[in-house]
Amino acid sequence: MKFLKFLRLSVKVFFRGGRYFYFWIGFLTLLMIWGASGYIHQFNNGLIETNMRDSVSWGFYIGNFTFLVGVAAASVMLVIPAYLYEWKPIKEVVIFGEILAVSSVLMCLLFIAVDMGRPLRFWHMLPVLGTMNFPSSILTWDFFVLNSYLLLNFFVVTYLLYNAFLKKEYNKSIVMPLIFISIPLAVGIHTVTAFLYNGMPARHFWNSAILAPKFLTSAFCSGPAVMLILFQILRKITNFKIKDEVIWKIAELMAYAMFINLFLIGSEIFKEYYSDTEQLIYHHYLFSGIGKQKDLVVYSWSSLIFGIIAFCLFLIPKTRKNFFTLNIGAVLIYISVYIEKGIGLIIPAFTPDVLGQFYIYTPSWTEVRVAAGIFSAGFLLFTFMVKVAIAIIFEGFDIDTYEKLKSKDIFRGIKGYHKEPS
Amino acid sequence: MTTNDKHNKTDKFKKFTRKNFLETAASAAGFMLTGCKFDSSLEELFRQKFRTLSEAEKKEIIDRLEKKYSKKYGKKFKVSRKEPIEGTLFGYALDLSRCIGCRRCVYACVKENNQSRKPQIHWIQVLQMEDEKGTDLFHSDVHYNPPKVPEEGHFYMPVACQQCRNPQCTTVCPVKATWQEPDGIVVVDYNWCIGCRNCMAACPYGARHFNWGEPHIPQDEINPNTHYLGNRPRMKGVVEKCTFCIQRVRIGKYPSCVEICPVGARKFGNLLDPESEIRYILKNKRVFVLKEELNTQPKFYYFFGI
Repeated sequence: MKFLKFLRLSVKVFFRGGRYFYFWIGFLTLLMIWGASGYIHQFNNGLIETNMRDSVSWGFYIGNFTFLVGVAAASVMLVIPAYLYEWKPIKEVVIFGEILAVSSVLMCLLFIAVDMGRPLRFWHMLPVLGTMNFPSSILTWDFFVLNSYLLLNFFVVTYLLYNAFLKKEYNKSIVMPLIFISIPLAVGIHTVTAFLYNGMPARHFWNSAILAPKFLTSAFCSGPAVMLILFQILRKITNFKIKDEVIWKIAELMAYAMFINLFLIGSEIFKEYYSDTEQLIYHHYLFSGIGKQKDLVVYSWSSLIFGIIAFCLFLIPKTRKNFFTLNIGAVLIYISVYIEKGIGLIIPAFTPDVLGQFYIYTPSWTEVRVAAGIFSAGFLLFTFMVKVAIAIIFEGFDIDTYEKLKSKDIFRGIKGYHKEPS
Repeated sequence: MTTNDKHNKTDKFKKFTRKNFLETAASAAGFMLTGCKFDSSLEELFRQKFRTLSEAEKKEIIDRLEKKYSKKYGKKFKVSRKEPIEGTLFGYALDLSRCIGCRRCVYACVKENNQSRKPQIHWIQVLQMEDEKGTDLFHSDVHYNPPKVPEEGHFYMPVACQQCRNPQCTTVCPVKATWQEPDGIVVVDYNWCIGCRNCMAACPYGARHFNWGEPHIPQDEINPNTHYLGNRPRMKGVVEKCTFCIQRVRIGKYPSCVEICPVGARKFGNLLDPESEIRYILKNKRVFVLKEELNTQPKFYYFFGI
C-alpha cells in the first residue's frame, strides 16, 4: 500500500526535529491539556463558566470563530493568482495557504462546538439523521460550507503531496476543477458567516449591507499577514524556500485589500454618525464609551490606528521591501483585524442589549483557557502538515527514499536534505 | 420507515434502557475516560424531535418524564401534551397607563413556569421609563429598586415574548427546535435544542433565556402541572421562553401573569373571536407594538387604557 507508506513517512517526518521543535510541541500539548481541562469544567457545569449571559449571549468563542473564518478564506487570495494567472513563484506557496486554511477551519468548527449548550446533540443539525433547517437558517449554510471547505482543501493538499511523494505529476483534470470550486467556496464561507450576523434586524450593529464585503477585505488583510510571518520563520528554520519577490507581491496585494477595508470602515462610520439615529448607541459604545462604560474604546481605536499604520507601511514600496517594517505592518494588521472581527464585532452588537440594558462582558478564564487549547490544536495540526509538506516538496522525501530509509535512521538525513532543523 | 418499524425501534430502546446497569457503566466509563459528566440517558441522547414522534413514542416519553420528575421533586407530576384548540389565536394586551411596576407578574411567572431560581431566570422583564422621555428603551432600567412603586415621574413597561406572527427566532434555528404552534404560541422542544443561541441573537425583545447552568428549583416551590412544550423542568444548556402559559391557556385558563396583576393591566384572549376583550381593545384603544419597523408582527399589544 503506497498510501500507507505515505502516511508512515508523514508521521516519521513529523517526529524528526531538534530540541526547539520538541519544546514547541510540548508547549502546544500542555496548552491543549490546560484548555481541555477547562472545557471539561465547562461541559460539567454548563456555559455559566463563561462570562456570557442573556444580554451578551455570544462572546469570545464566536469572535475567534469569525476571525478564523477570515484567515481560512484568505488562502483564496494566494490561490487566485497562482492558478489563474500562472504566476509561477507563488504556486508552491499555495499549498501552505491551503494547509493554513485546513487548520483554521478546524479551529472554527471547534470554536462552534465549545460554544454549544448541548454539544452531544450536534447530530440534530445533520441532514437525514437530524433536521437541518435548510435553507432558512444561515447557521446550517455556514455549517455546510465550512465542512465542505475543510474536506476540499484537505483533499487537495493530501492529493498534491501524495503525488509529489510518488514523484508523479498531479492530474490537472482533478486538481483544477477542485481549485475552481474552492475559490468561490472560500468567498462563500466568509460571506455566509457575514450573512449569519448581517441578516438579523434585531442587531442594528450587524444589520448593514457592507458587512460581507468588509469581512472579505479584512480577511484578505489578516490571512496573508499570518502567512508572511510564517513564511519567514519557516524559511529561517527549515528547508522551506520562498523568494523575497513572492513575499513583496503578497504584501502589495494586501495593501490594496487594506485600502478597501479602511474605505468600508470609513463609509460605515460616516453613515452611522452623520445620520445619528438612536442606533448610533452601539458605535458610541465602541468608539467613545457610554458614561463610565468605556471598556472597548482602547481596543477600537488601537484597531483603527494599527490598521492605518499598517496600510502606510505596506503601501510605501520602501517600507514594504524592508523586512523589519514589513513585519511590524503584518503584526499590526493582524492585531487590528483580530480586534475588529472579534470583540469589536460581537460585543458592541450586544451592548446595550435589545432592551437597552448594559451588561459588561469580558471573557472568563475558562473561555481564555478553552480558546488557548483550540489555538494549540490548530497550530499542532498546522505544524504537522507543514513539516510533511516541506519534507516532500523541498527536502526530496519520496517513495524511493522511503524504501531506502526503511531500516535506516530517519534523523541521519538523505540526499537532497542538507539542513538540520534547529 | 413504517409504523411497525418505529415500534420495533422503541421496543429496542425499551430493552436497552431497562439494562440500566449497562448505561450506568457506560457513563461511568465515559466519566473516567474524559472527565465529563453525562447528564442525559442514552434514550434522551438519541431521541428524535417531539414533533416527528409517533403517538406511542410520545406517550412512552411522557410517562417516563412524569416518573422521573415525580421522583426528583417528590410530587405527583403531570406532563401534558395538549394540542392547540381549533379556532384560537392567542393575543395579549398590556395597559401601560395602569402598570405600577410591582413585578408581581415576574414572580408569578417564575413560580408557574418553573424558571430556575439559581441561576436566576425571568421571562418577564419590567422596564422603568421616564415620563418625559416616553417609551425609550435606551433610557430604561430593569434594575430599579425603590422602596415603593410606582415612582414619581416614571412609568413601567413589562416585556416578555411578543409571540410574533413573523418570528425571526424560529427562522434562524438551525435544527427546527423552535416553532410557532397553530394557536400562535412560539414554543421550544427542550430535548431538541442544541444551545447555539442563534435565536437569542435574532430576538429583538430579549425574550429568550438560556440555562447557563444547571437550573435549580426548590422542591416545595415546584409546579407539577406542566406541558411538554412549556413549563416542564428544563436542563442546562437549552433556551427557554414565555409560552403564554401554554399549560393553562390550552385548557381555558388565563396566563398566571394576567391572573396576578393587581391593577388589571394585563388582558388576554382569542384574536379570532370578534367578541373577545382583546378585540375590543384593538378596536377602541390607542394600541402600539414594540419595534414595529422590524416586521415581526407581534401578537402582544401595548395600549393606553386611561
